[in-house]
Amino acid sequence: MVPTVFFLLQQTATDTPARGPIMGYIPIALLFAISLAIPVGALTVGRFFRRTVMTQEKMMPYECGVDPVGDARDRISVRYYIIAMLFLIFDVETIFLFPWAVVFDQLALFGLIEALIFIAILVVGYYYAWRKGALDWA
Amino acid sequence: MPPFEQLLEWSVKIAVGFIILMTMVAYLSLIERRLLAFIQMRYGPNRVGPFGLFQPIADGLKFIFKEDLIPLDADKFLYVMAPALSLVPALMTFTLIPVGGEVTLPLLDRPIALHITSINVGILAVLAMTGMGVHGIVLAGYASNNKYSLLGGLRSSAQLVSYELAMSLSIIGVLIQAGSLDLVTIVERQGGGWGLGWHVFWFQPLGFFVFLVSMIAETNRAPFDLPEAESELVAGFHTEYSSMKFAMFFIAEYANMVTAAAMATTLFLGGWQGPGVTRWPWLGPVYFLLKVAFFLFLYVWLRASSPRLRYDQLMDFGWKFLLPLALVNVVLSATLALWF
Repeated sequence: MVPTVFFLLQQTATDTPARGPIMGYIPIALLFAISLAIPVGALTVGRFFRRTVMTQEKMMPYECGVDPVGDARDRISVRYYIIAMLFLIFDVETIFLFPWAVVFDQLALFGLIEALIFIAILVVGYYYAWRKGALDWA
Repeated sequence: MPPFEQLLEWSVKIAVGFIILMTMVAYLSLIERRLLAFIQMRYGPNRVGPFGLFQPIADGLKFIFKEDLIPLDADKFLYVMAPALSLVPALMTFTLIPVGGEVTLPLLDRPIALHITSINVGILAVLAMTGMGVHGIVLAGYASNNKYSLLGGLRSSAQLVSYELAMSLSIIGVLIQAGSLDLVTIVERQGGGWGLGWHVFWFQPLGFFVFLVSMIAETNRAPFDLPEAESELVAGFHTEYSSMKFAMFFIAEYANMVTAAAMATTLFLGGWQGPGVTRWPWLGPVYFLLKVAFFLFLYVWLRASSPRLRYDQLMDFGWKFLLPLALVNVVLSATLALWF
């Protein structure tokens, strides 16, 4: 790990310094390590200070003071699944639009017409989902 | 640049950024309570230290000393993992946000750029990291085996997913104008013209509106705070959480607020751009913080003055109003970009 990092750093010394394509990710990796240390530290520190007394009642799931009825992990409304599927479709669409938007300067009119056709197809699907009631809640 | 020096520069920047972010998170919680109190004609927390300034420290100490409960039927592994899963991405996002241009420091012979890192897919990385935060909330709801938590987790999964669509679609207009995914480039393109180059004025007011609304929904804040809805779901996904685990959700929420405000500033309000930054580069971070503070004030203001939406209204608003609006914005900004 460390030799690799230093090899990459050596590369920057000769190559482009500030905005080398891979180099930019190293601080993110560094910060990831630091961010991981925070939850771990936070969960261990408290252990040395507090008093813990566990009772049966205290460890019950909270249900406004009444003993919990049944298990919480029950069947889930189908609406959530529909939303998840619709999200997938539209999210993929958005991902396709990202690179198009970045190079829009070069694509010009051609790019605009292409994108309009692309969006039109999706709007048809969106209209269908709306009319079928997939977007209605209740 | 020698490797060691580069590594040192990153470490210093990360440390400074981290400290600033944590201070902002701690004091945002205090400022929010004080502001809410003032809006409701109360005093708010003013006992600990002058003007209650030490309140966040007292809160932190209290979190450490509280009992750490794990409910009997909880999925232990996921129950412990969930707060970390929402905290880690929340803390990571700020690496990519530029808080200023290039400044010169005494004793250094080269200019220092006031951003920790800049990668050519900056926006995608930020979107990916903020998207990761959903998992923490959903898993917290599932793992606690509490009916309120499960409902809160489910609601938030559907809500976050719906508003994420509108949010990423509203960014596309900005990308067309800036022609880059790199946040540093996006900010640089918005300079000049006495602020008229900011994307909120330069053909993206609609995109700004969509981004603003979905950013509030993404951070689970009022009027979109359905996942935690105190009065109906007790506290939603973190009902069963106590002690440091609750604190981690709390920090994650506030860090997300700061990040979302910073993203809105970077994408639409010209980031660190402002009058005089080219001559005095140190004004950059000041402008940036002022703009972020504006958004943070907006968050508190909205919480104090707007009622919570009903769930079907929330989904309707996201899918039948914001999403079409964002699509219209994409087409509009592409057409406009062709002319200008």
